[in-house]
Amino acid sequence: MKKLTGALFIVLLYTACKFNAADTPKLPIYGNRDTASNVVNGKTVIDSVYQTIPAFKFINQYGDSITNKSLNGYVYVADFFFTTCPSICPIMHRNMLKVYNDYKNVSDFKIISHTIDPKHDSVAVLKKYADKLGISGNSWWLLQGKKEETYQLGEKNYLVAVKEDSGTPGGYVHQGWFVLIDKQKRIRGYYDGTDEKQVDKLRADIKTLLAETNTNIAQ
Amino acid sequence: MKLRVIGTVMLLLSVIIASCQSEEQQEFQRYYNGGKIIYEQRCQNCHSAKGEGLSNLIPPLTDAGYLKSNKAALACIVKYGIKETIITVNGKSYEGAMPATDLAPVDIAKVLTYVTNSFGNKMGVITSEQVDKDLLKCK
Repeated sequence: MKKLTGALFIVLLYTACKFNAADTPKLPIYGNRDTASNVVNGKTVIDSVYQTIPAFKFINQYGDSITNKSLNGYVYVADFFFTTCPSICPIMHRNMLKVYNDYKNVSDFKIISHTIDPKHDSVAVLKKYADKLGISGNSWWLLQGKKEETYQLGEKNYLVAVKEDSGTPGGYVHQGWFVLIDKQKRIRGYYDGTDEKQVDKLRADIKTLLAETNTNIAQ
Repeated sequence: MKLRVIGTVMLLLSVIIASCQSEEQQEFQRYYNGGKIIYEQRCQNCHSAKGEGLSNLIPPLTDAGYLKSNKAALACIVKYGIKETIITVNGKSYEGAMPATDLAPVDIAKVLTYVTNSFGNKMGVITSEQVDKDLLKCK
């Protein structure tokens, strides 16, 4: 009898693990995490609380005000650039164009590119850049705002899990990262925007993330 | 002993075969190979590995017509860059700046030889002496 109980226990444990595995999202969740105890149906449940992108307010290339709420319900990719950057930005946006062309007609996907040189990159400059890059509509926003706020958001919120490289001016905001964010505003992937292979992975991961169902339960 | 004879004959043969490659061909290869490395380090970020540029922001290097008709000015463009001028490549106009470089004339010659013989271009070698001459005429 004791043996049987033991076997039953093992079987139960196994199915429990299996159930969890099926429920776990395919892409990792990055950022700092915390736990919170909630009372559900009279029982106390411990839940993981993941780091999310906080409130922000910027202006896009059309002069429209864009906040974190404008991205509610969207899977999106964020990066940091400036229009006169002669080093890595052309490669990044040559690669980002591929992402744009893949998903520009997908209704719950967006790209946002934050300029880190708002002094030069006015709304008019950003619009001209967008036109020349060949992007239109609202699936790729170029965002302009206060420099400190952009850096703060970049380093404290988007790139938290990126290790700082030694000696690069501008810190890791200026290292060409593409950051994948899910509909709950959690960080789901980091990709080197100058590396074609990593960008190909991003293009595949976006599809996975868009297909992820029951995201509210997973949270 | 026999081995040594065969070895010597083989060595002679390979020297003869190597020298069959004409001197111009060798010079071209020297410039082209050196130019490829410089291109990858200094030009590729913007103009891309395939010379395609970036949309309407950065002009491609695939326009044989532009390269041919501006051949004598290419060295000046590489050395001093372009400042907010509109240039027309492949029928599209581009404006904006291209940064100047600190490349020596011989390196400019190498990178130009690479560019003008890649991406569908075939213009032959651009020598260091030619670059020296062209640089005297920069505006």
